[in-house]
Amino acid sequence: MNTVSRWFGRNLLRVYAVVAFTYLFIPVAYTFVFSFNDSGKSNLIWKGFTWANWQNPCGAPEVCTALGNSIKIGLLATTFATILGTMIAFAIARHRYKGRSTTNLLIFLPMATPEIVLGASLLSLFLVFQINPGFWPTVIAHVLFCMSFVVVTVKARIASLDPRLEQAAMDLYANERETFRRVTLPLVAPGIAAAALLAFSLSFDDFIITNFNSGTMTTFPKFIYTSAARGIPAQANVIGSAMFFLALAIVIIGQFVSRKRKVS
Amino acid sequence: MSDVASSARGDLKLSHITKSYGDFTAVNDLSLTIPEGSFFALLGPSGCGKTTTLRMIAGLEEPTQGTISLGATEITHTKPYQRPINTVFQNYALFPHLTIFENIAFGLRRRGIKDVNDAVNKALELVELPHLAQRKPTQLSGGQQQRIALARAIVNRPALLLLDEPLGALDLKLRRQMQIELKWIQKEVGITFVHVTHDQEEAMTMADTIAVMNEGEIEQMGSPASLYDNPKTAFVANFLGQSNLIKGSITGSDGANQIVDLFGQKISLQKDRSHAVDNSILAGIRPEKFRISRLETSTSGNILTGGKIEDVSYIGVSTQYQVLMPWGQELMVFEQNDDGVAPFSVGESVNISWEPIFTFALRGDDDAEAGTEVNPEEDLDEE
Repeated sequence: MNTVSRWFGRNLLRVYAVVAFTYLFIPVAYTFVFSFNDSGKSNLIWKGFTWANWQNPCGAPEVCTALGNSIKIGLLATTFATILGTMIAFAIARHRYKGRSTTNLLIFLPMATPEIVLGASLLSLFLVFQINPGFWPTVIAHVLFCMSFVVVTVKARIASLDPRLEQAAMDLYANERETFRRVTLPLVAPGIAAAALLAFSLSFDDFIITNFNSGTMTTFPKFIYTSAARGIPAQANVIGSAMFFLALAIVIIGQFVSRKRKVS
Repeated sequence: MSDVASSARGDLKLSHITKSYGDFTAVNDLSLTIPEGSFFALLGPSGCGKTTTLRMIAGLEEPTQGTISLGATEITHTKPYQRPINTVFQNYALFPHLTIFENIAFGLRRRGIKDVNDAVNKALELVELPHLAQRKPTQLSGGQQQRIALARAIVNRPALLLLDEPLGALDLKLRRQMQIELKWIQKEVGITFVHVTHDQEEAMTMADTIAVMNEGEIEQMGSPASLYDNPKTAFVANFLGQSNLIKGSITGSDGANQIVDLFGQKISLQKDRSHAVDNSILAGIRPEKFRISRLETSTSGNILTGGKIEDVSYIGVSTQYQVLMPWGQELMVFEQNDDGVAPFSVGESVNISWEPIFTFALRGDDDAEAGTEVNPEEDLDEE
C-alpha cells in the first residue's frame, strides 16, 4: 500500500500527462483509423482495411470542391487579415493617437462576440446592401474575425521588441523606411507568421459564420455537417487526417529550424 | 547621404541646451565644447541628465531649447541618420537577426558603400575578433558583444563616437581591460569619443577631459587631475573619490596664501584653490594627503592637533584610519604601508599634518554631504 502511494506521489504528473494526452488524441486517432475503413456509404462501423480512400481522397461527391473552397477562402482571408491586422498592430503599439484605446476595444470585440451573433448580423448587413451570400461575403466575414487575432498576436511581438534596436539602425544611417525594412520587419516577422497560421486555421475551421454567409457554396466544415445526417464518407477522414499531419509537420519543422538557428 | 550635415567635422558645441519632459527638466541650460579628437567623459550619478545629453547629440532626442553644432554645421534638428555620429549603446543593441559581419557592415551598406569586406575585416581585427564574423550576436559573450558594438560604430569613421555606459554590464576585471583598450583604440583611430558613465574611476582612467554633471547641469569640467585636486563644489569633491570637508573661516592673508581658522587651529591655503565667496569656507583635504604623527610640531606645513584614533582598517597597500577631532568630526586618513612605521592603534592620541598645497576651499554654505549618497548601480536616464 505504502509503495503504491509513494509510486503515485512520484509519478502523478506523468500519469496525469498521459491521461490528458490520451483524452486529447483519441478523437484524432479514431478519425485516422477510420480513414482506412472500407466503409461503403456510412463510416460508423469497421468493415475492413483499405488504401482506397487514401488513393482517391476526392472519391466522395463534392468533398474536394468543398475543400478547394475552404482553402481558397482561407488563403484570401489570411492574406488580407494579416496585412490589415499587422498594420493596425503597428499603429496601436507604436503611435499615441486620439482613439487608440477605442481601437483596442473595437479590435477585441469580434473575439468576444458569440459567433452565432456575428454570423447573423453579417448576413443581415450583406442583405441590407443587397449583396447575396456566397464566396466573397464569406471571405469578408473571415477577414473580419481573423484580423482581431492577427492584431493581438503581432502586437505582442512588437511590444517585446527592444526600441534601442531601431534607434541603433537610425544611428547607423538607416532612414525610417530602411529601419523598418531591415530591422523592425525581420524581427517582427515570426509574430506575423504565427498570426498568419492562426488566421488560416481559424478560417479553415469556421462553420457558424460561414454557414450564415456562404449561401449555396460549400466549404469543408459545411460539407461535413451536411453529410453527417447521411453518414460522413471516409474521404473526409482522409482529408481531416492529412490536415492534422500537415499541421504537425509545420510545427516540427518550425521547432527544428529555430533550434538549429540557436545552435549554429 | 551626401548632404552637409553628414560630412561635418570639427569641435562639438552645445549651446544653452535645455531638455524638459513636462515639468521635469532633465538638462538645464547646458553649454559645452568638446574639442575634435579628444576623449571626453560625462560623469554623474543616475538621473543627472548625462544620457539625455548623449541622446540629444546622437539625434535620438530633440532639445527643448538651445543648439548643437559640429564644426560650422548646426545639427540640432537633423535626424540621427544624417549625423556623422555613431553610438555604442548601453546594452550594445546588436541586431539579433544579422551575423556579426552584417551587423558591422550595416552602417556602410546604408551609406551605399558596395565593397564592405575590407573595412569590416579591419574593424574586426581592431577589436581582435575576426573569427566571429559569421556568428550571431546571441552566441557571443558580453565582452565580445561589447567589442562588436564598438567595431560596428567605428567602422563608419564617424566625426564623433558616443559611448553610453559601454562597460556597465561587464565584470570588474574585463572592465579594467576594456578601459585600457578603449583608450588605445581612441588614440589609434583619432575619433572624438564622448563617454557617459557614473563610474568615476572609469572616467578618470580613460578621459582627457571630464564634465561632472549633477541635476541637469555641469558642476565642473577639467582634466581628471584638476578635478580631483581642485574641486569647486562639495559634489565634485565627494563624487570623485573621498574628501574630508571641515568648516572654517578665512582670518587673514599671507602672500599667495590665506590663513584659515578651523575650530581654533590655524592652517594655510593657496588662494587659487579657494572657491569660497566670503570668509566662511569648507576646507577640503583628500584622505591620502594626511600624515598621522605623535609629534606636536608639523613636518609638512599644516597641522591639526588633538586627534584620537577611533578605527583602524588594514587593507594591504594602505591603512585607513578614522580620527576623531576635538570638535567631534571624524576625519579619514589613508596611510601608505611603505615606511615601516608601526601602525597606530585605536585610542591613541595623534596629530594630523599635510602640505598646504593639498588644501582646497569650497563655499561655506555648500552641502558637505553632496555627492556621497548616490547609487551608481542603476541609470534612471533611460526611462
